[in-house]
Amino acid sequence: MSSSTVAMPPTHYLNNGLTLKSWLFTKDHKRIALLYLVAVTFFFMVGAAFAVAIRLELATPAGDLLSDENYNRVFTMHGVMMVFFFLIPAVPAILGNFLIPLQIGAKDLAFPKLNLLSFYIYFVGSLFTMYSIVSGGLDTGWTFYTPFSTVASTSAVVPAALGIFINGFSGILTGLNFIVTIHKMRAPGMTWFRLPLFVWAHYATSLIQVLGTPVLAITIVLVAAERIFGFGLFNPAVGGDPVLFQHLFWFYSHPAVYIMILPAMGIISELVAASARKQVFGYTFVAFASIGIAVIGFLVWGHHMFVSGESVYAALVFSVLSFIVAVPSAVKVFNWIATMYRGSVSWETPMFYVAGFIGLFAIGGLTGLFLASMGLDVHLTDTYFIVAHFHYVMVGGTIMGYLGGIHFWWPKITGRMYNDLLGRVSAVVIFVGFNLTFFPQFVVGYLGMPRRYHAYPEEFQVLNVLSSAGASVLAVGYLMPLFYLAYSLKYGEIAGDNPFGAVGLEWNTTSPPPTENFKTTPVVTWEAYEYPTPVEGHVV
Amino acid sequence: MSNAASVAHDEQQHHPRLAHHFESLEQQTDSSLFGMWIFLATEILFFGGALMAYMIYRRWYPDAFALASSHIAILPGAINTAVLIISSLTMALAVHAAQTGERGKILFFIVVTMILGAAFLGIKGYEYYEKYAEGFIPGLGLEFRFPEPEYAKNAQIFFSIYFVLTGLHALHMIVGLGLMTWMFIWVKDGVIDTQYYAPIEIVGLYWHFVDIVWIFLFPLLYLIGRHVHHG
Repeated sequence: MSSSTVAMPPTHYLNNGLTLKSWLFTKDHKRIALLYLVAVTFFFMVGAAFAVAIRLELATPAGDLLSDENYNRVFTMHGVMMVFFFLIPAVPAILGNFLIPLQIGAKDLAFPKLNLLSFYIYFVGSLFTMYSIVSGGLDTGWTFYTPFSTVASTSAVVPAALGIFINGFSGILTGLNFIVTIHKMRAPGMTWFRLPLFVWAHYATSLIQVLGTPVLAITIVLVAAERIFGFGLFNPAVGGDPVLFQHLFWFYSHPAVYIMILPAMGIISELVAASARKQVFGYTFVAFASIGIAVIGFLVWGHHMFVSGESVYAALVFSVLSFIVAVPSAVKVFNWIATMYRGSVSWETPMFYVAGFIGLFAIGGLTGLFLASMGLDVHLTDTYFIVAHFHYVMVGGTIMGYLGGIHFWWPKITGRMYNDLLGRVSAVVIFVGFNLTFFPQFVVGYLGMPRRYHAYPEEFQVLNVLSSAGASVLAVGYLMPLFYLAYSLKYGEIAGDNPFGAVGLEWNTTSPPPTENFKTTPVVTWEAYEYPTPVEGHVV
Repeated sequence: MSNAASVAHDEQQHHPRLAHHFESLEQQTDSSLFGMWIFLATEILFFGGALMAYMIYRRWYPDAFALASSHIAILPGAINTAVLIISSLTMALAVHAAQTGERGKILFFIVVTMILGAAFLGIKGYEYYEKYAEGFIPGLGLEFRFPEPEYAKNAQIFFSIYFVLTGLHALHMIVGLGLMTWMFIWVKDGVIDTQYYAPIEIVGLYWHFVDIVWIFLFPLLYLIGRHVHHG
């Protein structure tokens, strides 16, 4: 572990320019990552505030805190903020941005100016969407289903949609930047199969962002054309088809859940290898599982429309493909476990988050199979079962991975260590709070409680109170890192270059790294995760 | 990445436009061209969504779509197709001139391309005006006056798609004109030389893409099904 004798490097990216301007106009991928960290954390708080309102309302069966109209707005804004401004950018824009050049031995991303532009596009997009909150809110659900969103809703659909449209280009340009960087900027000797799995995961994510996001963009254009100009593209009154909107929307928005989960899976691969001090079991399988998820993930969107009037044959195909897409995810989970098997697993904070990720993602993934079955899905559609399922994957999975990654690379990012005990406690609190919040929702959904209502029959109250209580525990768990990580910035122990004894190019440079990442361009002569072979019977 | 090439480049003098994070100008050019190709893939999916809507509705309402097509004058569209194809040629010639370093020629071909682009937009504007005068605007609170009232509703969908697709295409042309103005200034200021001409090539790729989009839009919106009603 880090000894107290190590010192911070005299110059690094954090003290290379201290003016506000040197941050706001920086082209350094590491500083841009930190700009995103601040912005994304802010939008997480905004989204969480809406979640608080939802759980308070649902603590009692009567719709007493919020009117039905306001409740619609609150859950919509919770979804929009969390999906588009937190979950999608969180891992790629913060950790991906920070780590990809470091992990492949490059000085920066291929297009540093474009990277900064992506951040400002994100920022401007968020302003439009925030504007919609104060100018009447948005009550369509985050899915913007037509014709409600185009002809019926009286809320601020256009500003919110415009914000999401603009924000989409941030994701597209980040993905483009990553793809070109991974192709063209690798250090000598860094072959494709020596790349960390984190990089493979981001490559797959970037493919989805580049090919999926534009379809959402054109869909929003069509909705906006209908709402602003009165064009009737999805309007049944002139022969337009609302289900076509759903197809176009989910063509992006289903792969979007892989934009959220794939980078988190990449983090888990890194953390498992570093904690077990072993090469990831079946490296190439894990790498291609990422690509497999990205490709098959594009072909399953129809499972959102089993009850929307899709042909039974199309539904059958989508159902089968939805089962198939679970295979590469399962490959990853089994390979992580096989990696830990007979490894000398050390239980520091990141590993606690890994365990949390695997637990929550397994439940989220397996309940996804329930929903991929056409018959069962009819019973479960639009109930709390769905809500619980996607929170387990998107929140349980993505946030666990994200926080695990933040804890693992925090010493690299800031040069300082946080309190490891508090870190482990936060992981446990989040895991317990999360299950308490969302497991009752599986039950209440199975019993038939529909989503998106502010009132419900009294027999569901016990489960809802459990859920609201769990949400308070969860809130404590999410707030904890905010405090001890902030505290570590000033008072944390100096971390040293490689506090976890991990392999990977990012650990071969100083903590924090210099602006140009490496003093000299590294030459890679070793395989990915080449940990020294453990001695038989060795116990740490 | 070829190491031999980058070592060879290090021995040469550093080009003023070589960004600090690239090893060589060659790597930089490769990266930026590759980035542009990825961006064009994004663009294909962007237009692809609207074309998907077109395909589905065309299959659902073949008569209304054929009739609506037959109400669009073919001549301005045909002229515009020719204008754009010629502009692609002049754009290619500008890129070629950039590679050989003939500054006067680059400027000349960029200006010709811009004039052709502007001509396209002018003709498109005239077409839009005609649609307005004939009552084919499917929204904006205007009266939609379709000559065959029994098809009026579905024809509204056709014209919605017509305006979305041609509108987005025109928007891309306007962006292209902006990019070419930028390139004109860069060539004039001597930023572009025989080693650093990737920006011109990138703008060229973009312009050809916009051209190809029109090559799809013209038959889809103007031609298919015309003969059914025009003998």
